[in-house]
Amino acid sequence: MDSHIELTWRARFHRLGSPPAVYRLASKLLPWASALCGLCFAVGLYSGLVLAPTDYQQGESYRIIYIHVPAAWMSMFVYVVLAVSGGIGLIWRMKLAEAVARISAPVGAVYTFLALLTGSLWGKPMWGTWWIWDARLTSELILLFLYLGYMALQAAIDDRRTAARAGAVLALVGVINLPIIHYSVEWWNTLHQGPTVTKFDQPSIALSMLVPLLLMALAFQLHFLVALLARIRVEILDTERRTAWVADLLAGDPHV
Amino acid sequence: MRPKRRQRMILVGLLLLGVALAATLAMLALRENINLFFSPSQVVSGEAPHNTPFRLGGMVVAGSVQRASEGLQVRFDLTDTAQSVTVTYNGILPDLFREGQGIVAQGKLDQRGVFSATQVLAKHDENYMPPEVHDALQKAQAMGVK
Amino acid sequence: MSEFLTMGGYALFVWPAYGITALALTLTVALPLRRHRQLIRELRLMAVQRNRETHK
Repeated sequence: MDSHIELTWRARFHRLGSPPAVYRLASKLLPWASALCGLCFAVGLYSGLVLAPTDYQQGESYRIIYIHVPAAWMSMFVYVVLAVSGGIGLIWRMKLAEAVARISAPVGAVYTFLALLTGSLWGKPMWGTWWIWDARLTSELILLFLYLGYMALQAAIDDRRTAARAGAVLALVGVINLPIIHYSVEWWNTLHQGPTVTKFDQPSIALSMLVPLLLMALAFQLHFLVALLARIRVEILDTERRTAWVADLLAGDPHV
Repeated sequence: MRPKRRQRMILVGLLLLGVALAATLAMLALRENINLFFSPSQVVSGEAPHNTPFRLGGMVVAGSVQRASEGLQVRFDLTDTAQSVTVTYNGILPDLFREGQGIVAQGKLDQRGVFSATQVLAKHDENYMPPEVHDALQKAQAMGVK
Repeated sequence: MSEFLTMGGYALFVWPAYGITALALTLTVALPLRRHRQLIRELRLMAVQRNRETHK
């Protein structure tokens, strides 16, 4: 009896992870996720650029925080997704996990690049320099190189499954960089400020400034979801192009 | 779990463990070098290098800033609350430069122990609030209410 | 309105930061969407050609 239940659950799990099911789910979710993401960005941008008050110390320049901090958070979050899905692919040889890892990497690289770029545009007027080799900036730059290395590895190895395995090992090795990025401002003295929001006691930011920041963080999370959904469809269609279900799909609805 | 999967899982675990160990050792070895600047206390106790440029970080002592009547020459004291070092600089200061502000200066110590800077960068803290709130906090602090 | 655009004198830093971010985030989604449409067109064309060959 038990094994029977387990079987049906396993069957359900497998069907959930099957390419046509994921493709259909992605197509169904994409418009909703996009709309929600757009809405979140609209509200977040309006509250961050218009409603939020001026900062006592940094004036209006601090408004870069509303893209800099969400981009930096996402650069690390996407790396966790990359490493975890890479690890799942490595251990269980699950194709869907390998695909998620492969398509996450360029999106994560974009967030990392944006975190560095917006930080530079913020650093020039406030610190007086575009760049400094302090522990926070350097470790974030290493994160960008990890993403680029992962992408180069995917491009260099022809066999996708071998590439996925090699990439997963690189991604797992690079995980060590995440605590270094996070704690760099506490372990060493840096030009970069210490943590504002993720401190153990209360965040040291006024509520009227914190709410737009959290809204923008949510908008970035939704953006990642939209990017993933859009990419997984291409990935699945490409790898499954010779299957019967893709033929049915192409023969049917002209606007799949 | 099938033995093959368990084997892979153990391998992934060992990989993570090995990397964490290697990184910890590397960072312990580099501990001092990763710090961006020396504090005034380190300079006074002679830990900072002589005759080679280094970075000095601290807070601008209130009332210590003297500007030359002509040109951009400026002189101020940097403190870490325990010790302080005098800094001279000839150049444009960042917007955030002010008394009480955290500063990181690049330069060299001269014979008299004065730090002559070639670059001055401002370090802002992690607090964000509207000016009214900051004023209210300052007033409250001045009255001795924390 | 002009106060909003000048960003207290920091317009040269704030607006490029927002502009480049907007462009990058849009492209990250727009490019795969376009690739998806292209791929469907390609695959349909290939299916039509295959059909013709079998019915010759």
